[in-house]
Amino acid sequence: MFAAENGLKGDPRLEAISQAIRVVPHFPKKGIMFQDITTLLLDHKAFQDTVDIFVDRYRNMDISVVAGIEARGFMFGPSIALAIGAKFVPLRKPKKLPGKVICEEYELEYGTDCLEMQVDAVQPGDRALIVDDLVATGGTLSAAIRLLGKRMGAQVVECGCVVGLPEVKGQCRLNGKPVYILVEPREIDNCRHADISSEFLNVQCSG
Amino acid sequence: MSAVIDEDPRVNGIKTKIRVVPDFPKPGIMFQDITTLLLDPKAFKDTVDLFVERYKGRNISVVAGIEARGFIFGPPIALAIGAKFVPLRKPKKLPGEVISEEYTLEYGSDCLEMHVGAVDKGECALVVDDLIATGGTLCAAMNLLERAGAEVVECACLIELPELKASHLLPYHGYPLLGRDRLHGKPLYVLVEYL
Repeated sequence: MFAAENGLKGDPRLEAISQAIRVVPHFPKKGIMFQDITTLLLDHKAFQDTVDIFVDRYRNMDISVVAGIEARGFMFGPSIALAIGAKFVPLRKPKKLPGKVICEEYELEYGTDCLEMQVDAVQPGDRALIVDDLVATGGTLSAAIRLLGKRMGAQVVECGCVVGLPEVKGQCRLNGKPVYILVEPREIDNCRHADISSEFLNVQCSG
Repeated sequence: MSAVIDEDPRVNGIKTKIRVVPDFPKPGIMFQDITTLLLDPKAFKDTVDLFVERYKGRNISVVAGIEARGFIFGPPIALAIGAKFVPLRKPKKLPGEVISEEYTLEYGSDCLEMHVGAVDKGECALVVDDLIATGGTLCAAMNLLERAGAEVVECACLIELPELKASHLLPYHGYPLLGRDRLHGKPLYVLVEYL
């Protein structure tokens, strides 16, 4: 579900957040219009607003865990966790986390990758929010939902993302879990690349 | 300089939350795991607060965090002190135009990248990472910021490892039991030291 359809219609913060995200064409490969949130992080007010919107939504939902997906989920998740008094759990690429871990495989365009979580991070009965910068196919987020929910017995309450493809509009769920998104991807930045057709809008890699 | 010297009561609580994992990522290494700190909301908040109290009101407009654990601590600090956050990343992760700084590892070398235009000339910057060992990555980070014209005010880390005390990178040696005060001439601030 998009924020604008869920209580934040016309909120000027959303437009500012959208405009603060830079679109980089053909990254990491031709045809992909990369939604670069690093420019959002350079805009203090827009970055603070992003965190505030998530915090306002989740502060009264009894969330005990915020899980962030490496690496761009790390840029948003901890601030949300701190503000709502939840623990923060990093979900990482293989071999980065020390100690005992569990691993969930997910599909890439070509091949597969793995998402890992430490076993003692989450308990049954934990209410979890999963955070990433962007949701495209939902492959990574689905793996995260399986790690926390199916494997560790936590209750995944929602997934929160700054940017999400329009496919997730309305009542769309991922593995049965709602996805809350602030803004849609934008296509072209400043019309510098006006010759690039919108049909090149495509899925992008995980970060 | 180290917060241990200041004896802030919060520091001990933070230190006890850091888990040491032996022989990770390879035999002989005692890995300082901060994920257990992140599982304790009060200790995590105290960590951020200690840095924010130190850096608020000092005209720092940039907080640069080193991938990936610097991304966990840097943004909350940046938001609280009114600064922008700049991620410093492994190669090929940042889209668009970047500048790149090579640094040596135990075996071989690696590279740290920063966006062109992220930082303006004359800006005051803070570099954040979870841990400093030899200081190689932090030096690369400082070089990137200085190449872009920023002035690095300080490097801030949660943890300092003993390697730094004997490192040839340092202009000063032999301070017993104290954290390194300077890294390539720049002040270094750590919360917790391991001997």
